[in-house]
Parts: sequence; structure tokens; C-alpha cells
Amino acid sequence: MENLSFILAPLFSSKLLIVLFLGTLFGLVLGVLPGLGPTTGGALILPFTMTLDPISAIVLLTAIYCAGTYGGAITAILINTPGTPAAAATCLDGYPLAQKGEAGRALGMATVSSVVGGLISVLVLIFFAPLLAQLAYEFGQPEYFALAIFGLTMLASIGEGSPIKNLIAGAFGILISTVGKDFMTSIDRFTFGINELTEGIGFIPVVVGLFAISEMLTQSTLLNQVFNRVALKAVKLPTKDDYKKTWKTILRSSGIGSFIGVLPAEGGTVASLIGYSEAKRWSKKPEDFGKGSIEGIAGAEAANNAATGGAMVPTLALGIPGSATTAVILTGLIIHGVRPGPDLFREQPEFLYGIFGSMLIANILFFILGFFGAKLFARITLVPNKLLWPMIFAISVCGTYSLSQSLTDVWIMLFFGVIGFFMRRYGFSVVPVIIGLILGELVEGTLRQSLVIFEGNWLMFFQRPIALIFFILSLIALGFPLIKKKKI
Amino acid sequence: MSNVRNKKRAGSSLPFFFKDSTIVPFIIILISSILLYITFTFDIVPPILNRGIQPATFPKALLLLIISLTLIIFFLSIKKPWKEEKKLPKEFYITLGCFLLFLFVSKFLDFFLGISLLSAIVSYFWGERRLIFILFVSILFPIIVFIFFETILGLRFPSGIITDLYYS
Repeated sequence: MENLSFILAPLFSSKLLIVLFLGTLFGLVLGVLPGLGPTTGGALILPFTMTLDPISAIVLLTAIYCAGTYGGAITAILINTPGTPAAAATCLDGYPLAQKGEAGRALGMATVSSVVGGLISVLVLIFFAPLLAQLAYEFGQPEYFALAIFGLTMLASIGEGSPIKNLIAGAFGILISTVGKDFMTSIDRFTFGINELTEGIGFIPVVVGLFAISEMLTQSTLLNQVFNRVALKAVKLPTKDDYKKTWKTILRSSGIGSFIGVLPAEGGTVASLIGYSEAKRWSKKPEDFGKGSIEGIAGAEAANNAATGGAMVPTLALGIPGSATTAVILTGLIIHGVRPGPDLFREQPEFLYGIFGSMLIANILFFILGFFGAKLFARITLVPNKLLWPMIFAISVCGTYSLSQSLTDVWIMLFFGVIGFFMRRYGFSVVPVIIGLILGELVEGTLRQSLVIFEGNWLMFFQRPIALIFFILSLIALGFPLIKKKKI
Repeated sequence: MSNVRNKKRAGSSLPFFFKDSTIVPFIIILISSILLYITFTFDIVPPILNRGIQPATFPKALLLLIISLTLIIFFLSIKKPWKEEKKLPKEFYITLGCFLLFLFVSKFLDFFLGISLLSAIVSYFWGERRLIFILFVSILFPIIVFIFFETILGLRFPSGIITDLYYS
């Protein structure tokens, strides 16, 4: 009962409500702008939060996180460029559906499933946070390694491309993550004598390059086609038929998203891809996926927004970020003198539950703003390609530069833009590259640390029950599409 | 109809080694092999300091995996050839050239001048002929972006002939 009053506290604070509104609005704008998103936006706004008290600062960052994750779907659906990496899977069906003239329906489904996913995940957290945190806490390095491998093998069944090409792309993504100083020995790898590369290749330049810049190059080859620009008349609430088709998917993806989100170092991107993949697996019409399936949108969006709540658990309970954005939030907590960890639940429940309450309200707010404001954001797609893409280029370049204020990041973005164009041209999906890049450090780090624990004995991985389950699931995930589709 | 004829002709007339399904795996394997060679130049950690595996082991394993999987898609493509892609239009090469121009201008002259030039050229060659719109995307919009990032988000852009005018 006491916790309930803490959860509802933000509703009775005009200051927190204003912060929530501004955070949600800002999050939506950041989510829509390619290359920015809640991670970069959160990092940029971090210094400004120093002028706020800790709860307002964290509420602002979490509102940006929730709304920004949803905002990415608007761009993903309307211009096939995910505003945030977590919306990458939304592109797969959102854009094709928008191309069919059903952008309003696609955005409506994305909005509803995002809100439901977000609300369910926060409710799950409120009631099961201690249990989930304890479960994740019991994971050791071998379990994380096995989990990351499972995440990577799921790549095989994502996208329209062949599973083998997806795996090559995934391996390429992991390879990118090895660039820079080796984190265990500080030995340079693939730096080619370039100082800027010793820090590794940033996530944002690769994402913006592979999605926005490669799309710009793709658009340059499609200038005579008339269906590239997708207009939005109005966001439409899903019909009864749509709800019938998707309610199971939304609930399933909300569960998947909450679970994946709670696992440290995972996040909305993996959650949305697994949510999408599972939606496809369970669908009565899997052949529609990649061609504008409403279930695909629901699966991806419910999962990535459910992951926002889940990702906050290890961040707050263990001090381990559940995603890139929660790493920024974690930094915000630390600079405000809040030490995340299990003690936070016991010593400052009002702070913790206040954040969960704010996340609930932020989900409702972005539903309202998204539903009524998406048309405004959608204006960007009414601009002709010959004007739109130069503007996206300007935003992408500045957004990428903003990350570490380095021109090298801009060169990297352009390089991956060209790579991404040719990958897409020859049937290699770029999404696995991003996933590989996200999981790369986790895979290598946990593998090497596990081998230290096992004293070099690889077979000991299979003596860990949880790790073994993930390995078996990986084999199933890897083999299933190959057997099912018989497609290379 | 003519496109279909062109595709058939493109697919059937090309010699084996000029087909996409040969060239693409060849390029992937070539680059991977070069990178694999580079991994042998990585420093080696002395056994007493080595924890787990050598820093080069993981990238080597990845590159071998990429080469193996690429060989599989190559051999499978012999049985089921890839669809031959159409030739790239001149707008693609112009856009690509603009990226190079942007690299040069932003590095040696000015970051925002690079953006403006690219925006104007791309917009023009993609079919925009109305001067007012070209001026909008190449001058007004970059200024809006600059103000947004510089004043609202507090970023400082690299110095250049135009940016320095503002900062000074």
C-alpha cells in the first residue's frame, strides 16, 4: 500500500508532471530523428539534468527513454529508417505496410502495442522486480555467453534474407566490436595506426550509416519510382480484427521484452528482434512477415517498449545497465549521488517506485502525444525525396558528430553507409550487423572470462544447466529456419 | 517487359567470374583473408599474463567463420544462382561522389559548408530545379540544424571558414 502511494506520487506533483511531459515530448522528437534516439539524446541532456533534483532528473531521462523508444517506430514505419535501433525490426513490416497505403494503421498498431508493452512491463516490474532481479543476478559469465549466443542465433530467422547471409552479417557485426584496444590486455586490434580507432567503433555511427545513409544511397537508385514516399493521413486505432490477430502476439512480446530487458547488457533491440521472430514463428501467416504483417509490427513494438521497463531492473537493482540508454540513466543516477544496487530497494523505495510510477505515466503520455501528434511528425515523409534525404543527411551527420564530437565518427558513418548499401543490394540484411555489434563485447568478454573460470576447459560450459538450455535453444533457433524454409 | 529482357540478358550473358554470386563471395573472402592475415600481426600476450585466450583468437575465429559461411553460399549459388542486379544509375554515383566531396570540404574547409554543398548538389541532381527549395535544403535547413545542436544541445562544431565566423 505504501509502495502504491510512492508509485502514484508523480501524479500529484505538478513539477514532475511538467518534467514528464517535456521528457516525453523530447523523447518523441529524438526517437523520430534518425541517429539521435533516447541514448544519444539522453547523453546530451545529461549535463542539463544537473540543474534538477535527482528524482526529476531520472524521471526526465526515463520519460525520454520510454517515449524515444516508441518514437523510433514513427520513422521506421514512414521512411524505413529506424529512429532508434530498437525500432529496426519495426521497419521489416511497418514500412511495407505503409507502402501499401496503410501507414495510419501501422502507426496505430505500433502505438497501441508500444503502450501495452510498456505498461505491462512496468506492472511486471512493480510486482516481480525483486524476483526478476534475483534471477538475473544468479547468471554468471558462462550463462551470459550462452544467452548472447542464443540472441545471435536468432538472427538466422530474422529478415527476408537467407539465414547464412544473416549469420555472416552477424559475425561481421561482432568483428566490428573487436576493433580498438582489447579490453583485457589493452592490445590494439584492427586500429591500423589510427588513434581514434583505439576507443573502438561507436554504435551510433554504424547504426546511422547502415540505416540512414545506405537508405539514402538506395533512394538514389529509385528516383523514378513513385512509392518511396509514404504519406500519413491519420493514425488509426487498430480494428477489432487487428486486435483479434495481434492480442496474443502483444502479450507474448510484452513478456519476452520484459524478460530480455531485465537481462543485463541486453535491451530493446534484441527484445524487438526476438519478439518479432517469435511473432513470425507463432503466426498462422508467417509468409506475410516482411511484407507488411500487422503481427510483425505488434511483436516488435510491444517487445521493445516492454524492454524499457525490464532494462531498468538490473540498472536500479544491480547497478548493471540493461541497455545502452539505461547506461546513460545509470550515469545520471551516479552523478546525482544515488548509488544503484539492492540496497536501493530497501533504503529509498519512494525513489525507486516513484521512477516506476513515472514510467507508467510516460507510457500513457506518449500514447496521447503519439496518437494525436504522429501526424505532425509524419510531415517529414510528405517532403519529396530530393529535399527529404539531403535534410536527413544533415541531421544524421550532426547527430553522429554529437556523440563524441569527432569527425572520425562521421567518416565511419559514411563508410558503413556504403557498406550497408552493397549489403542490402546483395541480400545481406544490415540488422544482424547491429545486433552483432551490440552483443560482440558481451560475447567475447563472457567467453574469455568463462574460460578463465574454467581454466581453459570449454566442455565446462555444458555443465552449467542454464547455459546448456541456452545452447540447446540456440541450436533449435539455428536449425529451425534452415529445416523449415530450406532456403539459403 | 524490357526490364525483364534486360535482366535475363544480364544474367545469362555474363561469364562465371563476373556474376554477382562469384564476385561478392570473392570480395568477402579476400577482405576476410587480409584481415585474418592482420590478426597474425597482433601482439601476443606472454603466457604468464594471458587470461583465457589470446586477443587475436576471437577475431581469427570470427573471420574463419565468415570465410566458411561465405564458401557455403558460394557453392550453393552454383546450384541456385543469385538474381543479377540492375546497373546503378548515375544519381547513385553522383551521391557517392558528393560523400567524397563532403569528406574533403568538411575536413579542410568547413563542416557546414560540406553539408550545404552536398545538400545542394544531391537535391539538384535528384530532380529539384526550384531555386527556393534548393536554397532551403542547402542553407536554411543546415542553419536550423546548427542552431538546434549548438544552442539547444550545447554542441561545439569543428572550426571552419563559416563556423568560425559564428564562434568569433
